[in-house]
Amino acid sequence: MGVKLMDANAAAAASERRTPTTGRKVGGTLCPSKGNQPPRNLLVLLNSAAPPATGHRPTNPQRPEAKTRAMTTIALPHDTVPPQWTHRHLLDLERLTADEIRTLLDTATLFKEATEGCRRKLSVLTGTTVVTLFFENSTRTKTSFALAARRLGADVVDFSASSSSLSKGESFIDTAKNLEAMGVDAVVVRHATPGTPHLLAGHLSVGVINAGDGPHEHPTQGLLDIFSIRERLGDLKGITVGLVGDIAHSRTARSNLWGLVKLGAKVILCGPPTLVSDRWRELGVEVSHDLDAIVPRCDVLNLLRIQFERQNTRPFPSVREYAHLYAMTRERLKRAKKDLLILAPGPINRGVEVTAEVADCPQSLILGQVANGLAVRMAVLWLTCGPRANGHVETTRTL
Amino acid sequence: MGTLLIRGGRVVDPSQDIDRFEDVLIRDGQIASVGHAGTQPLGKADETIDATGLVVTPGLIDMHVHLREPGREEDETIETGTRAALAGGFTSVACIPNTEPPLDTQAAVEFVHQKAARADTCNVFVVACVSRGREGKELAEIGQLVEAGAVAFSDDGAPVYDAELMRRAFEYCRMFDKPILAHEEVLELSRGGVMHEGLVSLTLGLGGMPAAAEEVLIGRDIALSEVTGGRLHAMHVSTAGGVALIRDAKRRGVRVTAEACPHHFTLTDESLRTFDSNFKMSPPLRTAADVEAIIEGLVDGTIDCIATDHAPHAREKKMLELDRAPFGILGLETAVGLSLTRLVHTGRIGWPRLVAAMSLLPAKILGINRGTLRPGAIADVTLIDPNLSWTVDVNTSRSKSVNSPFHGWTLQGRAVATIVGGRVKYRLS
Repeated sequence: MGVKLMDANAAAAASERRTPTTGRKVGGTLCPSKGNQPPRNLLVLLNSAAPPATGHRPTNPQRPEAKTRAMTTIALPHDTVPPQWTHRHLLDLERLTADEIRTLLDTATLFKEATEGCRRKLSVLTGTTVVTLFFENSTRTKTSFALAARRLGADVVDFSASSSSLSKGESFIDTAKNLEAMGVDAVVVRHATPGTPHLLAGHLSVGVINAGDGPHEHPTQGLLDIFSIRERLGDLKGITVGLVGDIAHSRTARSNLWGLVKLGAKVILCGPPTLVSDRWRELGVEVSHDLDAIVPRCDVLNLLRIQFERQNTRPFPSVREYAHLYAMTRERLKRAKKDLLILAPGPINRGVEVTAEVADCPQSLILGQVANGLAVRMAVLWLTCGPRANGHVETTRTL
Repeated sequence: MGTLLIRGGRVVDPSQDIDRFEDVLIRDGQIASVGHAGTQPLGKADETIDATGLVVTPGLIDMHVHLREPGREEDETIETGTRAALAGGFTSVACIPNTEPPLDTQAAVEFVHQKAARADTCNVFVVACVSRGREGKELAEIGQLVEAGAVAFSDDGAPVYDAELMRRAFEYCRMFDKPILAHEEVLELSRGGVMHEGLVSLTLGLGGMPAAAEEVLIGRDIALSEVTGGRLHAMHVSTAGGVALIRDAKRRGVRVTAEACPHHFTLTDESLRTFDSNFKMSPPLRTAADVEAIIEGLVDGTIDCIATDHAPHAREKKMLELDRAPFGILGLETAVGLSLTRLVHTGRIGWPRLVAAMSLLPAKILGINRGTLRPGAIADVTLIDPNLSWTVDVNTSRSKSVNSPFHGWTLQGRAVATIVGGRVKYRLS
């Protein structure tokens, strides 16, 4: 199942390069070439499910009862991680360069195409084990990471903090070290405290991927938001993106902010002063406390959830008042540009940040975002865990 | 006990306005004489230390040290903490009463004195609680604590919340001429915070502790000190606004003194970008502008002295997530190196000011008979090599804990010998 390399030399070379730390070989057999010899580095997708002739996609691509096997040839530019990507971890977007972010997004595009919209399976990470280490509740992000890892052929182990020995007093570093000792290749970590993935990266030799660290960053969410915008609008240079809502407690806001600014977009942060500090201006972004004033200027609005669970004190008098001032309603939509895009990282509180009719309107990318999350996470997993051409792995641990 | 001669060093003793090359003769644990270099006939003393190239100062005093005993011996004990003090050049420390149980009874003060005597290291002076159990509800038995030997009063990190109780404490302590050492923090404003509130905390998504949390309480306590005539000593001042408030109060004649910690004139909140819990302390590391204001306060005397707020925490406690790790860092063994490197070698302050800040003024604030090399004084002396370049290594620390953010730093200047009561208690090998 999965992807086979058409070219025997390339396959052999790739299998030698793969996961140099463990020396694990790539799974799968070689596929005899049919007809014309395809160029090197072509990946062949062997669907485990029969693709319908109509182009209609199966609802369950991993359906085991495959009868016929069709081959799709997809070009990936490299069978190793591109040399411009040198990071072992993905901890935040603040410390990535614009080119590195573009590499991530371009790789996500390739994977989206290679998997026909993230519905099919590759085997580029066969033999790799990814553990999802979530110290905070998550449904969508964890599922998305697990699915992305499986789409690439990796094994996924879930480790939820409540069922672990953490409740017996073991420190999170000890827990992660235990997982490392079991031979996992990457840890996808979510934690309520900013910097926890960074701390783990300093203590572990395996790849660490930040799936959200408190209000600090949520790089894959930021990337998928940007990916979704780029898919619709192309280059981000010069477009205006409004991030509306609970900026103070939103990791999504911070990851979006860095990614957007680095790619040349203009960012406006909007919300009450108790949630949107004027200090953000020191980074050169615009701060507004008046949603009505900024709506007509925005090409994209990203509506961030009010994170009631992170607030020590209530930053506004009532939800009713907040919604009155900052909810994206049909009335506000009328004053927006016609082609305004609406994003919401979810889970959305309908009626608080956005009314139901706006959430479901044609401009809304809310569900498209979820699908793109898979593409972005495949890209991140591959770039951090994938085979490297010259073993150009970062030698120093990045903090 | 015999005689000890310290020959050929640069003696800096601001209590006598001395800054010149002198020999110091110690006899029977007291300073016998400070005379012109070379005039003491060789061989007259039982023991001679060649202090050529060294600076000889009255023994250094750290008036803000957490020795953790009783109650948290896994972090530090009176013995390990005072050994770290000796290695840092301190002949005296004042220990802060946030122990378990807190030092709010004569028995507790006595316990510390006895443990210190048994350790036989440096002098330990006890700061006792302002309120019973540090609960901020009723005054501790301040008079009896003074009789037991308490030199000052503090509830430390649980600042006296009730302004009326604080006023009464100021009034009551005036009777004994004892200062209240105040940790200035409005806890509601810094709740949930792990670092200074500013652009860095905003960017990192970490809970902020605003400068105002410190300044609001400094303002209150200055007003209460002014109205009562009681003595306020502001601990670990970290903000530019705090320095300004104290400067203004001193100008008006309010009985206020203040201290600053080496980390607050060395590091900024940018350090937290590493997410290393060794940069987490309270008050937090502030901005570059605050660092400059602290140094200016030390230069013009608004801030009287340098104290370390030595706060050991066992390794496993600091290895936690940033919001669960406790506040505090080690300070005793790096204070001289940091102060010289940051303040003296950069030309911001001279040696006499440094020695005043680390010996004479802490002695005056605590009302203890130390901080001078006058003949007849107890022979507490520190010898410092001002140019010794050395690298901080927490693994060689005398402290029981290793929570120093300065591990791996190269500093210029270090204490090379520490003499307590005429006895050499520490020599750098």
